[in-house]
Amino acid sequence: MDRVLKNFKKYRYLLFELTKKNIKLKYRRSYLGILWTLLEPILTTFVLTVVFINIRGKKDHAFPVYILTGRLLYSFFSQATKQAMKSIRSNSSMIKKVYVPKYIYPVSDVLSNFIIFLISTVVLFGAMIVFKVQPTKYILYSIIPLLQLLVLSLGMGLILATLAVFFRDMEYLWGVALMLIMYTAAIFYDAGIVSDEWKWIFNANPIFHIILNFRNCVYGHPLDMNALLISSGYSIISLVAGIVLFYKKQDKFILNI
Amino acid sequence: MSREVIRVDNIGMRFNLMEKKVDNLKEFLIKLVKNQIRYQEFWALKNISFTVNKGDRVGILGLNGAGKSTLLKIIAGVLKASEGEITVRGKIAPLLELGAGFDPQYTGAENIYLYGAMLGYPKEFISEKFNEIVEFSEIGDFINVPVKNYSSGMKARLGFSIATIVEPDILILDEVLSVGDAKFKKKSEKRILDMFDKGITVLFVSHSTEQVRRICSRAIILDKGSLIADGPVDEICKLYEEKYIDEIKKLKKKKKKKKKSIADTKSAQVNEPASDETGEDTVLGGEASGAAKEDI
Repeated sequence: MDRVLKNFKKYRYLLFELTKKNIKLKYRRSYLGILWTLLEPILTTFVLTVVFINIRGKKDHAFPVYILTGRLLYSFFSQATKQAMKSIRSNSSMIKKVYVPKYIYPVSDVLSNFIIFLISTVVLFGAMIVFKVQPTKYILYSIIPLLQLLVLSLGMGLILATLAVFFRDMEYLWGVALMLIMYTAAIFYDAGIVSDEWKWIFNANPIFHIILNFRNCVYGHPLDMNALLISSGYSIISLVAGIVLFYKKQDKFILNI
Repeated sequence: MSREVIRVDNIGMRFNLMEKKVDNLKEFLIKLVKNQIRYQEFWALKNISFTVNKGDRVGILGLNGAGKSTLLKIIAGVLKASEGEITVRGKIAPLLELGAGFDPQYTGAENIYLYGAMLGYPKEFISEKFNEIVEFSEIGDFINVPVKNYSSGMKARLGFSIATIVEPDILILDEVLSVGDAKFKKKSEKRILDMFDKGITVLFVSHSTEQVRRICSRAIILDKGSLIADGPVDEICKLYEEKYIDEIKKLKKKKKKKKKSIADTKSAQVNEPASDETGEDTVLGGEASGAAKEDI
């Protein structure tokens, strides 16, 4: 354990450099650059609002805020896990030549996406002002679901990175799984419209409860303790499983990439 | 002087060669159910033990596939051995493939920091040495251009400059270093020779006994994954030459003889006058005589 920490200390600058690189290169050579972190959620939320406004009816004046909260969290989760999954393979030339702790690659991918996500929450604040959603003291609690989401993404990232080294199919399978997660996370509809016998679907969704609690914070409600418990379970289990799996298999990576 | 820096203790490296490569889930599951996952074991290295003291310059000789690169990768920490222990004290600089860690979208300057971080240097250190790196690499104004627009020589020069900016305790050289043009080659060789003078430990892999003699003080021979000889460089190089290079020469001679005898029989069948010479000469002779006829 001591050795791991020492090693981390030695390479934390690399973690910082790789995270910086991911952010810098993401928007390089596009004319609007980092502005896309803000524009992209605005545009997609606009589209989703136009499409789904009829389903919800006109009674919710802050429907765009509702969509935005779900979409921002989901898109961070999907981007981070997708990128982390490919991280070992896309850095294979380096892994074959220089010793670097391998977890640095997936972890830096998740971190860079988290930072981009944090920047894009500016859009959410803007939307709250425009649609008159008053922030309350509960907005401070939003750090809890966000940390859970970060831990969950790290865990899933490590698991997927390991699996994808041995089975390329994971990349396609996870794409399908992400779509399923998106439609069952109540991003653009109210969870209340689903009948009780189908409620288990939400429990099977790792990010549904995180989004639920994040929305509670934004709308000024206290955290839902039951949901908090479930999402903590998902986050911690995935992180532990990810670390164990990654450490067990990392010495075999080089033989498969 | 005789401080031990590398200790290789009974190292073995096993590769599982799957008879048919399975890299998708469906095939894997089907084969798992049918109990058809079979591996063919292949030991790239077996029972290798040696120690390297500080200041030793060790040449590793061996034919293709003898396990030289695998051994270096294990010492560099890239590969993990299936058996045995390895201890390395000090900082290793692998000069394997220079510039392999560059990001093509990044500029030269950004890549200096990235590559430095990969080699485990802290940020302050890289900032401090930044100018020295740029100067040594002779990149000039191109330092602010994305690396994808660099020539391969420029990339190699920059990679070499970063990798050797710090004096490592152990230098790993795979094959000969040919970086950039003649001028830079000289400069880089000088830098490495300077390191030698300071008592750096070197591991050098090569097929050429001439190079090994020039660089190393000690040599080992690997053959099909086993360590078969270890000793002073001249002795070992001589042994290597006798054992392998002469063998190859003999083989070549044999082949030549065979060819010659085939050629002989052919020309004998044609019944040309110059039956002692090779087939080619006969043809030429024929043409020449033809031309001579035309002249008449």
